[in-house]
Amino acid sequence: MIAVDIKNLTLARGERTILLDVTASIREGEFVGVFGPNGSGKTTLLQAILGLVHPTTGEIRVFDRRPVDGNATTGYLPQKRSLVAQLRVCGWDFVASAFNGHRWGLPTLGADGRKEVARVLEIVEATELADRPLSQLSGGELQRLLLAQALLGEPKLLLLDEPLISLDPHYQQAVVRLIKRIQQVYKMTVLFTAHQLNPLLGSMDRVLYLVNGRAAIGAVDDVMNAQVLSQLYDMPIDVLRVKGRIVVLSALGEVDGDAHRHDV
Amino acid sequence: MLIATMFDYDFMRTAFAAGTIAAIVAGSVGYFLVMRNLVFAGHALSHVGFAGATGAVLIGISPFWGLLGLTVAAGIVMGLLGEDLRGRDIAVGVALSLSLALGVLFLHLYTSYATQATSLLFGNVLGVSQDALGYLVGLAVVTLVSLSLISRPLLFATLDPELAEAKGVSLRLVSVLFLVVVAIAVAEAVQVVGILLVFALMVGPAATAFRITAKLRLGMALSVVLAVTETWLGIALAYVTDWPPSFWITLLSSVIYGLTFCRPSIRGITMIRRSALAVCALWRPETNRTGTPAPSS
Repeated sequence: MIAVDIKNLTLARGERTILLDVTASIREGEFVGVFGPNGSGKTTLLQAILGLVHPTTGEIRVFDRRPVDGNATTGYLPQKRSLVAQLRVCGWDFVASAFNGHRWGLPTLGADGRKEVARVLEIVEATELADRPLSQLSGGELQRLLLAQALLGEPKLLLLDEPLISLDPHYQQAVVRLIKRIQQVYKMTVLFTAHQLNPLLGSMDRVLYLVNGRAAIGAVDDVMNAQVLSQLYDMPIDVLRVKGRIVVLSALGEVDGDAHRHDV
Repeated sequence: MLIATMFDYDFMRTAFAAGTIAAIVAGSVGYFLVMRNLVFAGHALSHVGFAGATGAVLIGISPFWGLLGLTVAAGIVMGLLGEDLRGRDIAVGVALSLSLALGVLFLHLYTSYATQATSLLFGNVLGVSQDALGYLVGLAVVTLVSLSLISRPLLFATLDPELAEAKGVSLRLVSVLFLVVVAIAVAEAVQVVGILLVFALMVGPAATAFRITAKLRLGMALSVVLAVTETWLGIALAYVTDWPPSFWITLLSSVIYGLTFCRPSIRGITMIRRSALAVCALWRPETNRTGTPAPSS
């Protein structure tokens, strides 16, 4: 079955066209890494799959349905985390706030809610963070709680927007392994955006690469080669393989590296 | 004992009732205000209320309704600004001072209202009338019911706005509704501590609660308990000393917040004892026993 079907999709933010006539389909149970330089539309694409940004032309279908606000089958880990890290609110209450948080009324959980919050905390190995204030957590610990929120309600599709940003390389590996394990155990479809490809090598099934409004999707070797990327970037690109790592180089220097990281 | 006679007076009983109601509202609304990082906006709302109250007097309606009307209107505007409100300290500050300036103009035009101005600015819980108490109760019910209704999406939108938006929460609607609740709460708190000292009831107890616990339910309860306790003690101390209740409530609120930064130590306890003795030395019972504070309207 197709989890996310993108047909001739054009997305715009105001006057700016972000994606132009992109077609790609993501199969159920796939782990897809989404890459591309800043402003290439990774976040906008995820928001379109959530139904927050509407296509200018073309169509997106999620499990054969039109994406709508508040879609319960989709778990989301947003990239921009306004003030989370400064809050003196304990991990449990933070995760619990997302449990049916869109409903009116008092924020009571009930027995089912408590079970669900305990369940997701256990999945992300964050049970011991339940009592600690967010303001005292490391970036990686905070990331696990955000992942726990995304897992509430057993979603079939997980959209993760830059979960590796501002984590050190050692922790990046741990987060990728955790997400891979969750994806396999719960048979979820995962779209994972990142700036660097290498931490995801070996974990992802396919690559979705976005540049200049265009996209290429396929197995790592089918996309990450000089021919495909040169075409996407519209300039000569070299792809080097060094000790099992992939380095993307243009005439101007490394394309897929730290120079493009944005810690926002 | 002086305290024993405290409840013999009608105005004292009314003061305790009004203080309790305002403290419950301020303690619970203030908890979300602190969590949402909107403390300065709350402060500004009360100043907008000053223009409303003095303007109302000028056109011949009750200052309380003027205060309430303008704070609610300002709350809606601030809510519509939504997330942009954070980091707009300059715009909020300008609106705040403009409101005070308008208030001064209205007072000038309506010359005979100096006592009214003082009680607006610094509160006059000992002067609350039976009628006003009725309004306070009614508005408290409205505030607490509204807060209960919006608290779930409010919490979600506060802790994780991006995810809340993705799950279909309208951040703007939640923001407007919350600031209307804040506006009513401010109008209530002003009756006790006045416009300039609204912080004491709305922010002090909530900020203290956040320093003590990261658990939301406990923190919320603690914020309300602290607000009520500080108000009661403040009114009682005012009765005994004849100093203004607003002063005592604000002092207690600040000192208790300050204490959360100290680790208990022998030196600290000695310091508290010394300052307590110093305060006692300032107050000489014989000079004040005759002067029970009179309700000034």
